Amino acid sequence: MFTADNYIVANSVEEAYELNKARNSTVVGGMLWLKMSNKKFKNIIDLSKLELDKIEETEEEIQIGAMVSLRELETNEILKANFGEAFKESVRHIVGVQFRNCATIGGSVYGRFGFSDILTLLMSLDCYVKVYPTGIIPIEEYAKQKQENEILEKIIIKKHNYNISYLTQRLTKTDFPILACSVAKIDDKYRVSIGARPMRAVLVENELSSNPTEEEIVKLQNHIEETVKFGSNMRASGEYRKLLAKILTKRAIENIGG
Amino acid sequence: MRVVNKPIRKKDAMMLVTGKPVYTQDIAPKDCLVVKLLRSPHANAFIEDINTTIAMKVPGIECVLTYKDIPQKRFTMAGQSYPEPSPYDHLILDKHLRCCGDPVAIVAGENEKAVDRALKLIKVKYDVREPLLDFTKAKDNEILVHPEEDFKALCDVGADNKRNLCSTGNFSYGDVNAEFEKCAHIVERTYHTKANSQAMMETFRTYTHMDLYGRLNIVSSTQVPFHVRRILANALDIPKSQIRVIKPRIGGGFGAKQSVVSEVFPAVVTIKTGKPAMMIFSRSESMTNGSPRHEMQIRVKVGSDENGVIKAIDMYTLSNAGAYGEHGPTTVGLTGHKSMSLYAGANAYNFDYDVVYTNTMGGGAYRGYGATQGIFALESAVNELALKLNMDPVKLREKNMTAEGQVMESYYGELCASCALDRCMEKAKEMIGWDEKYPCKDMGNGKVRSVGVAMAMQGSGISNVDVGAVEIKLNDDGFYTLMIGASDMGTGCDTILAQMAAECLECDIDNIIVNGVDTDQSPYDTGSYASSTTYITGMAVVKTCEKIRQQILAEGARLLKTEVENVDFDGQKVYTLDNSSSVTLSEIGYSSYVAGGGCITASESNFSPVSPPPFMVGMVELEIDKLTGQVEIIDYVAVVDCGTVVNTNLARVQTEGGIAQGIGMALYEDIQYTKEGRMINNSFMQYKIPTRLDVGKIRVEFESSYEPTGPFGAKSIGEIVINTPSPAISNAICNATGLIMTELPMTAEKIAMGILENEKN
Amino acid sequence: MEIKVKINGKVYQDNIDADMLLLDYVRSKGCYSAKRGCETANCGLCTVWLEGKPVLSCSVLAMKANNKEVTTLEGLEEEAKEFGAFLADEGAEQCGFCSPGFIMNVLAMKNELENPTEEEIKEYLSGNLCRCTGYMGQLRAIKKYLEQKSKGE
Repeated sequence: MFTADNYIVANSVEEAYELNKARNSTVVGGMLWLKMSNKKFKNIIDLSKLELDKIEETEEEIQIGAMVSLRELETNEILKANFGEAFKESVRHIVGVQFRNCATIGGSVYGRFGFSDILTLLMSLDCYVKVYPTGIIPIEEYAKQKQENEILEKIIIKKHNYNISYLTQRLTKTDFPILACSVAKIDDKYRVSIGARPMRAVLVENELSSNPTEEEIVKLQNHIEETVKFGSNMRASGEYRKLLAKILTKRAIENIGG
Repeated sequence: MRVVNKPIRKKDAMMLVTGKPVYTQDIAPKDCLVVKLLRSPHANAFIEDINTTIAMKVPGIECVLTYKDIPQKRFTMAGQSYPEPSPYDHLILDKHLRCCGDPVAIVAGENEKAVDRALKLIKVKYDVREPLLDFTKAKDNEILVHPEEDFKALCDVGADNKRNLCSTGNFSYGDVNAEFEKCAHIVERTYHTKANSQAMMETFRTYTHMDLYGRLNIVSSTQVPFHVRRILANALDIPKSQIRVIKPRIGGGFGAKQSVVSEVFPAVVTIKTGKPAMMIFSRSESMTNGSPRHEMQIRVKVGSDENGVIKAIDMYTLSNAGAYGEHGPTTVGLTGHKSMSLYAGANAYNFDYDVVYTNTMGGGAYRGYGATQGIFALESAVNELALKLNMDPVKLREKNMTAEGQVMESYYGELCASCALDRCMEKAKEMIGWDEKYPCKDMGNGKVRSVGVAMAMQGSGISNVDVGAVEIKLNDDGFYTLMIGASDMGTGCDTILAQMAAECLECDIDNIIVNGVDTDQSPYDTGSYASSTTYITGMAVVKTCEKIRQQILAEGARLLKTEVENVDFDGQKVYTLDNSSSVTLSEIGYSSYVAGGGCITASESNFSPVSPPPFMVGMVELEIDKLTGQVEIIDYVAVVDCGTVVNTNLARVQTEGGIAQGIGMALYEDIQYTKEGRMINNSFMQYKIPTRLDVGKIRVEFESSYEPTGPFGAKSIGEIVINTPSPAISNAICNATGLIMTELPMTAEKIAMGILENEKN
Repeated sequence: MEIKVKINGKVYQDNIDADMLLLDYVRSKGCYSAKRGCETANCGLCTVWLEGKPVLSCSVLAMKANNKEVTTLEGLEEEAKEFGAFLADEGAEQCGFCSPGFIMNVLAMKNELENPTEEEIKEYLSGNLCRCTGYMGQLRAIKKYLEQKSKGE
């Protein structure tokens, strides 16, 4: 557990950013991961006054505030209407309801955790993050960056015709994934992301046609085998993860059904 | 029976479900010093120099203790009857650190922040040595885990610290080699089971204080209060009379708390400072320096004739004691005796074992206590024998299973006086639909459903060692106090023993209040372990009730002014046999409280020359994804013969809980170390135990035999229930995929990779 | 730091450390039902309600509850007794250490889900670990409780 001297509820994103510039300050999201650090903080910055806990829909996009809880992602009607069960499927395995009531999407995305379910899903969507002061950048770019002092405000997902299959393999039902795979058919193009390798999720380039043939799928599987890096940890070997990535990708494409 | 064999609510149930403060930490004084440990970062090291000066200067720090401040008298932390079979190889603080997390210093202070700061300010210079981590290379290795000269074993368990041997031994009956010569089919294979954490929800914790008589009071979450008193007197080098141990409610034990784990540290602080002190183990500490199940390697050789009649069993167990020998010499014995005895008809048995020291966490007692590992190995081998014979594994067992009236040569030559294993098998088959489902069914999508089977046994107490005593007092108004030394750890023994008393005394269970455990007041009981309480202490209740009934009759007769031969007692009143007059129990109670009436109280102690095994059959139905190796538990049926079921609810929940733990052990629970010897999965985030989504459906039935030496015909239930999942699941995996699983846990990865390997060949 | 928080209907005002956890705060107010079972937010023993929603009090700073309402099992005595009786009748409290956090979440589930299926019950409560019971007795108790609730209302 960390220690902290002050708890500050920021009144604006600008204020949060200024406070967060100090080396020994940090923004607190759900605190689930932060709690496990042993750092000494001067300031803990709370964003809960900034109205970042909303999911909003416009003509072109869905905006998810950084302070939206994982539980909200699971039950939200706007997300369900636009993305089917994908959000629910990507978070329902995460520990339990109480945990998901605490954990925020901002915390998950900012953390760029290797095991992140939500990052794996978002990577497969036409998704951007709004960061103060930088502005709006694609999620796959953000995912590659180091953790900075910037304030993650929102996740923005462009509207399309989505058909998504999110699949994982786990030791127990609520454990981290051994491997996560998200395949989204966006209009008639596919985006494939592989997470929990156990490194951060990556996008896999693909040449899948609108109705992928067996051959195309095999080609993609080979491409994954050749280009995607997998590592070993206490949960599984890299070799097994590679096997899973190929199987789950194929199944996800089949689930979407062309 | 009115009260026994009924689903009686636990006496403490409503207090627990309304969240009342009844556990150690809840009832501790607010001014307890916070006690924490500086733990070794090395698996094998000597403290060259330790400086606590700066740490002592942190405001609020009361004391910083090192090995220089602590009695250097070796003892064992194992909660066993004296003389303990576990070697005396432990010090509270030692200069030699034998595993990661071994305590280096004890820090006590007014608050957690001060203690945390002080811990960082202790300066230690370590002489770091190469650790011995591979238990298969430990025997006669040049790295010695216990090189010390004052190492000693009180019992002849074959301990030799100069060979890294915690224990070694052999059991033999008949001539196995001669029998194997004659066998038509032989299976020989080596199995590997891992260390597992009990993962009880309440971690180890203790608070201590000096009472008004200047005696050390220890309030602790323990299964063995009387052993704690003896062990601490030993460790602290003070008279036993100066220690009092109290056990409040416990948040689970499963054997973990059959060792002294947290008690010594606050006790030492209180002795040094005179102040109350409390130590709460973090989850991480409970995981890295608890008392886990011993990792074992077990070689099994089993042979049968052409018809599948088992003729000989040979086993060799290598057990990893880890850094300390707590429960090492005893758990290993069960791997052989409590597995081979499932097949009492063989002509010959042989069992050899070695228990070795390494620089990993010291082992302890965990539900099943070696039998779990042995049964996984032997039952897996028997399933493979069935495969060789091309015989249904259920049929093979029906041919060979131990039956009532047989002498179990591999079980200390005991007669099997009660056994319903045959009925358990029949019932389990019917419940799961074995004949329709064996061996498997293809579900499409690469998924296969299959079934698997295993049998299990355990003991009921430790024969000729364990003792349980109870005391019953009649109070005014006619209610009874049942004083027990057995430790209810959530299992419900307070209630179960009260049920037996209520049955014997023909009263309502609410008319019996239960009190336990306080070593100053409770009658002696070895403690709640080895599946002993219902069987051993239960019989003490029966005997005590007989005695107090005699006293009630005598007092009743005195009040009725007649001879005791002329009266009887019906639980409510003592009445003359001619029904001419009576006196109520309440009146007898009142009269015993005034001059002229005697004190009505009785106490009996009980031990048993035998340890009758409960038996059970477990069957599982799985769905296996043949591509990913993923295993889903669809259905688990268990049929148990624990003799007469004393509390039908509690026995069922024990069984369901044991099976869930067994599922975790079978599929993913796995203590792992880095190559430096640091335990990796030291949290619930990394050490996965089953959630309610992982256990499928568990269905339990009872097929009771009647154990003549047990109270109301009862045997034990607490431990046996963890023994079937590993071998039954292994069998189902084999029936779906043809894979022979030899190592736990049987993860999806091992299955998927195994299938791929098989396809290649 | 100044904090004002309502716990089980009673308002408390204190000066606390910024890094004090809600779990330690409610325990300091005598709400001992909330327990610590792990350090990694995995066990559910510390479950309390924050503004009516079940959260892990081991992972929420007390300051986060400033000007908010916290409920522990002590504040739900009647409901605890009512559901607890079903649990007790199955013997499914066993050691009882996980019971308060578990019951907090069962009651939250009852408020949130209408006629949950068995699978929904298991999913909602999957963050409440129990090492004693194997979960079956808890499920029996929940089903009987919900059945009675649906009859009664």
